Amino acid sequence: MLWLPCPRCGLRPIEEFTFGGELRHVPDWITDPDDRDFDEVWMFDNPDGPTTERWFHSAGCRRWLTVRRDTSTDTVLEVLA
Amino acid sequence: MSPLNDYVETLPAIRWHEPKRSYDVVIVGGGGHGLSTAYYLAARHGITNVAVLEADYIASGNTGRNTTIIRANYGIPEAVRFYQHSLELYQGLEDELGASLLHQTKGIFWVAHTEMAMRTERARCQMNTACGARTVMVTPAELKELVPQVDLTGGGRYPVLGASHHLDGATARHDRVAWAFAAGATARGTHVVQHTPVTGLLRDGDRVVGVETPGGPISAGVVLSAVGGRVAQIAAHARVRLPVRTHPLHAFVTDDYAQGFGPILASTELACYVSQTERGQMLIGAEFDSQPSYSRQSSFAALRGYSYKITRLLPFLRDLRILRTWAGICDISADYSPIMSETDVPGFLVTTGWGTWGFKAIPAGGEGMAELIATGRRNDYIAPFTLDRFGLDHVLADQGSAGTR
Repeated sequence: MLWLPCPRCGLRPIEEFTFGGELRHVPDWITDPDDRDFDEVWMFDNPDGPTTERWFHSAGCRRWLTVRRDTSTDTVLEVLA
Repeated sequence: MSPLNDYVETLPAIRWHEPKRSYDVVIVGGGGHGLSTAYYLAARHGITNVAVLEADYIASGNTGRNTTIIRANYGIPEAVRFYQHSLELYQGLEDELGASLLHQTKGIFWVAHTEMAMRTERARCQMNTACGARTVMVTPAELKELVPQVDLTGGGRYPVLGASHHLDGATARHDRVAWAFAAGATARGTHVVQHTPVTGLLRDGDRVVGVETPGGPISAGVVLSAVGGRVAQIAAHARVRLPVRTHPLHAFVTDDYAQGFGPILASTELACYVSQTERGQMLIGAEFDSQPSYSRQSSFAALRGYSYKITRLLPFLRDLRILRTWAGICDISADYSPIMSETDVPGFLVTTGWGTWGFKAIPAGGEGMAELIATGRRNDYIAPFTLDRFGLDHVLADQGSAGTR
């Protein structure tokens, strides 16, 4: 994956962006509030497939993007925001 | 089957088996950690009713893809002691396993280009010395004498202010390490089974009691995940959550460099490292990709980035050609330290979070997990690396020692 379609700047090389982490998704089967907080801070889904994550256009317009990407092939599916 | 599979299967010392329907211990993942755990279970504890299940061919994952560096020059006491123990096990491993591993002690220089990095290297020397590893500071002039090819100006942009020298740093042929552990385990009756992916875990109440494979279920007293790269998927079958993200890491070799390049060289600011293989090729690695991914596709961007960095320090590399490039997928733990642990789920253990620091730990990791499985006791070396350390707010933060981002 070499390019990200920044909504403001257009298609830019990935080197202009800083990875901002996967969007946390605590599984439903964790019910205790303290366990949910802990999971949200420390644990990752780390999926092999489509994932939703944040990127920061650090060397460009410096806005945050929410991106859908397929980690199996490292290809961008869509930019949500 | 690919030619690589055929070659592995003809290695004379390894005995291959069809899997039984039941074992005392099932180890998922036929890489270095899985195979060394199986070996020590057999050799130290006499536990041989064990199967190592490998989805592809043994050492086809990260064990066959790393840059083969063995070192103990880490930044926290728990890590230095653990990796130093592993380094010492490596020194005696050819005798222990009766196999040639092309193990060579060369020393590793960790070059500093800023005052901050110099402070880190001095602290590294102090910490290493206090915890049983041999690391000393060297001046730029001393470095130049020992590594004449180094450009002390760092391409005019990254001047060398000094370096730490970890004298016992070494390399060994990675796939031979895996093969030797597999041979040692199977000679004692352990089963190593290739081309058998684990597609699920068998549960009995809250306990894990076996694994599912395409060939049918295999029951087990204990299941150990020694999977590199897809541990999240295995753990999810047991609803075990992990503080691990999987990122690609690239490496490449050049054609032969006719002159000798003795040591291993690494740089803090440049985050790259280089050594010479036994064939004379220069082997180069750097930082893992910024985004998690399971793709092992080599990228021109990585080649270009790694090449830029390493040629600042070693200009002679510009005249060499890149012969072959590859990637592995690294399980980066939240604190950059490994996880060798039981989990909340009885019958299910993990050895994971090996990030970019797994190869050097194969002997000590396997020895520790074998003892944990056999006796329930965590030895002093692996004791700190529990999964529950994150919840207990006792993380082992050591990102600076990983040599990567």
